[in-house]
Amino acid sequence: MKAAIVVFPGTNRERDMAIALRSVTGQAPAMVWHRDAALPAGLDLVVLPGGFSYGDYLRCGAMAAHAPIMTAIREFAQKGGHILGVCNGFQILTEAQLLPGALLRNASLRFLSQDCFLRVERNDTPFTRHWAKGDVYRTPMAHGDGNYIAEAETIRMLEDTGRVAFRYVAENGRMDAGDPQLNPNGSMNAIAGVFSENLRICGMMPHPEDLVDPLMGGEDGKPLFTGLVEALVG
Amino acid sequence: MSAKAQRPVDEALAREFGLTAEEYGKVLAIMGRTPSFTELGIFSVMWSEHCSYKSSRAYLKTLPTTAPWVIHGPGENAGVVDIGQGLAAIFKMESHNHPSFIEPYQGAATGVGGILRDVFTMGARPVANLNALRFGDPDNAQTRRIVDGVVRGVGGYGNCVGVPTVGGEINFHPAYDGNPLVNAMTVGVARQDRIFLSAAAGIGNPVIYVGSKTGRDGIHGATMSSSEFDEDALAKRPTVQVGDPFVEKLLIEACLELMATDAIVAIQDMGAAGLTSSAVEMAGKGGVGIDLDLDNVPQRERGMSAYEMMLSESQERMLIVLRPDRTEQARAIFDKWELDFAVIGHLTDTGNIVIRHKGAVEADIPLAPLADQAPVYHRPTAPAQPPLPMEPVIDPVGTEQALMRLIGCPDLASRAWVYNQYDSTVGGQTVRRPGAADAAIVKVEDTELGLALTTDCTPRYCRANAKLGGAQAVAEAWRNITATGARPLAVTDNLNFGSPEKPEVMGQFVDAIAGMGEACRALDFPVVSGNVSLYNETRMPDGTSQSILPTPAIGGLGVLDDVRLAVGLEMPDGCDIMLLGETKGQLGQSIWLREILGSQDGEPPTLDLAAERRNGDFVRELIGQRTIIACHDVADGGVLVAVAEMVMAGQAGCVLDSPQSGMRPEAFWFGEDQSRYIVAVRDGTALAAMAERAGVPCRRLGRSGGQGLTLPNGSTISKERLVAVHSEFFPRLMDR
Repeated sequence: MKAAIVVFPGTNRERDMAIALRSVTGQAPAMVWHRDAALPAGLDLVVLPGGFSYGDYLRCGAMAAHAPIMTAIREFAQKGGHILGVCNGFQILTEAQLLPGALLRNASLRFLSQDCFLRVERNDTPFTRHWAKGDVYRTPMAHGDGNYIAEAETIRMLEDTGRVAFRYVAENGRMDAGDPQLNPNGSMNAIAGVFSENLRICGMMPHPEDLVDPLMGGEDGKPLFTGLVEALVG
Repeated sequence: MSAKAQRPVDEALAREFGLTAEEYGKVLAIMGRTPSFTELGIFSVMWSEHCSYKSSRAYLKTLPTTAPWVIHGPGENAGVVDIGQGLAAIFKMESHNHPSFIEPYQGAATGVGGILRDVFTMGARPVANLNALRFGDPDNAQTRRIVDGVVRGVGGYGNCVGVPTVGGEINFHPAYDGNPLVNAMTVGVARQDRIFLSAAAGIGNPVIYVGSKTGRDGIHGATMSSSEFDEDALAKRPTVQVGDPFVEKLLIEACLELMATDAIVAIQDMGAAGLTSSAVEMAGKGGVGIDLDLDNVPQRERGMSAYEMMLSESQERMLIVLRPDRTEQARAIFDKWELDFAVIGHLTDTGNIVIRHKGAVEADIPLAPLADQAPVYHRPTAPAQPPLPMEPVIDPVGTEQALMRLIGCPDLASRAWVYNQYDSTVGGQTVRRPGAADAAIVKVEDTELGLALTTDCTPRYCRANAKLGGAQAVAEAWRNITATGARPLAVTDNLNFGSPEKPEVMGQFVDAIAGMGEACRALDFPVVSGNVSLYNETRMPDGTSQSILPTPAIGGLGVLDDVRLAVGLEMPDGCDIMLLGETKGQLGQSIWLREILGSQDGEPPTLDLAAERRNGDFVRELIGQRTIIACHDVADGGVLVAVAEMVMAGQAGCVLDSPQSGMRPEAFWFGEDQSRYIVAVRDGTALAAMAERAGVPCRRLGRSGGQGLTLPNGSTISKERLVAVHSEFFPRLMDR
């Protein structure tokens, strides 16, 4: 799988993402600079990693969505390319309107760095094929603005068309969007990640890339990456 | 303020700038004339307590600073130790106490930013942050505001720069009501052959300014940090700097990119006293002169005077001496990161610092006497008031209730509310997150090495007996590193005390250093970097001032050759739970005595450094052999609190035996005897035999398993109840 990681000024989880990708592909991903005009040729996957692009000034992801490289990323998306956006990457994808909705300040108004449990809502996508539908996996989250919101109509559309990728739940899979223990940042419908209409773009707030090694506490996040490799190389 | 509006320089102005009459006399003698306004400003900040260490320097020299694995000790921006495989760990801890009382968010944030720069300026990529925080009485109206701001500030900065915050400590005590302590520590990793120092060299070489623009913020911050607060402390807000972690992140990446070339001759961050101290120290250390033209300094505001630019403490700035032919190569890197880059001067052979602004020479000071004739004080000391002897105690509440009160009290309650606001996983190398082990464990990327990191100090012991307290802080750091299986290498110290002009405070300072030195020597655990923060006083309504508890915070660093061997608190089922180290049942200065009987009496527990070393070496060896599966040192709250923490950290419960110790239950369970570890092993009998051969006291406490903590009387406290009580304090204080 040929992957590229896009680096904006203030991106800070590009190394984590590179380690995760390297662990499943055996090769280092290309690092793409925000001012580049083009993506490397022949890419299978573009990743927008976590961090604080442009310091999160103005709004999280707002300035990055207008960076020079985003033109190439839009073209890549239009041609059906696969894109994963994690944390700030998810925020950038919503600001760039490649994914619907927006990420508000956490309901607690505090940064949240803790493990959470995510329920896999469908497993017929390149991002989720190595899980079963309804599987629950643990992953670290670390963000101040992860409270997913969209207009009621958009939420209904996402739900009706199966575009919710992951939800915050209890370890046993129970969801309660009103319980801050289970839905820590207050997201609507406890949504932790969504897909694009063609299921080739996935944005999510938590960090599966930080849980791909037993030494760091587990490999719970690894199926996302092994699944991508299988889907995109196969 | 234009130069014309500046007041004439005289002794009265010098006093306002924080210089004594005698110090001003020295300035006149060095200059051979009346100094200019800017020159006086430079002298006053360079000779401030904060920059000159004038009250502490004579004593700091007594600390051990060398070992075969020490590459650079004190004197550089941070300490450097060999961790193997050609790599070095670079680390330091520094205080930002005064700004954090005035403006907690920015005070704490810029504290983190400053210590990060001290580390990456030496060529290291920062891999971990820790912080040692001391706050006032939770019931004091100011405390909540300060805790909130400091925690947000630490997180706001550290999270954005993408360096994981992995550990630290927090205490509450009324002595910190008007003077919280914010001690931030950064650890970085560099190749040993790519370590950058600050001594300037090469006459004619260009002096480069990079990073943020200079504004009027933080002018005279170093002087503020060298004086007591008065009732107008909050009016000093303009002297607090404002941080921009986004620029810091760019600066880290740009500097590391430049450091991968051979363009740099010397580099230093602009910290306290900004451009003044970086220019003076770099040129001074290199034995050269330096000529700066302030017209070229990137400025955020209009009409700044030379004085203002030289004393500004605007954040996220670095000073670099480059090889002459590498200016354009360096400029391209900083252009890429969209950071200011300006040639603001060059090195000279005059031995003077010369400051030009708008065609005029604003300052011309000989560097050697500025450094060599900086004041050094041997201030008078007096013995501190010893604690009252401890009255014979009777336990009024019983073991179970005492345990529940202790695990819920401010000093022992869960810190999850705090560390869950700090990104502890960014970087993908965090092997043990906060609370999971006695020291945080961070893997060194692309190697099998692990760093074990901790901060420690028990201020109430230090107040009762500063020498013992200083030694105990070092021993506890060593112990916490040992309890993970790591080999302790070195410490950074952050010495927070009250006014050195109070003889009893100066006495505490001198004693604490003596104790630290003794422990460092006994444990081969040298001091490689550090920081002194004096004048930590709160002005009381009656005009007196109250000193903080003496708080020599120790930041310890150890290494694991194989990070996979690290152990934490979590016990598997079916282990023998054993106590290593001697239990005498000392309750003086214990948390139990304070929380249950409201007494702060008695001598702190004794510390036998030979036993410390023997017990620790034994534990470390057995962790390395995988005989010890889980380990926790016994600290605040004693044995029962430590066992409860192990139960809360994992899935397994614990069933305790009756100790048969011959001492009262509260003394056995809550005494704070030092140099002890609780370990989980498969075969307790075998461990006891090994311990006996090694001369390490060993006794069985019980067995892991079950669903909670079962006390010797058969009563079981569920894990859920332990966790609930342990977790109550912070949310109750902060989210009300």
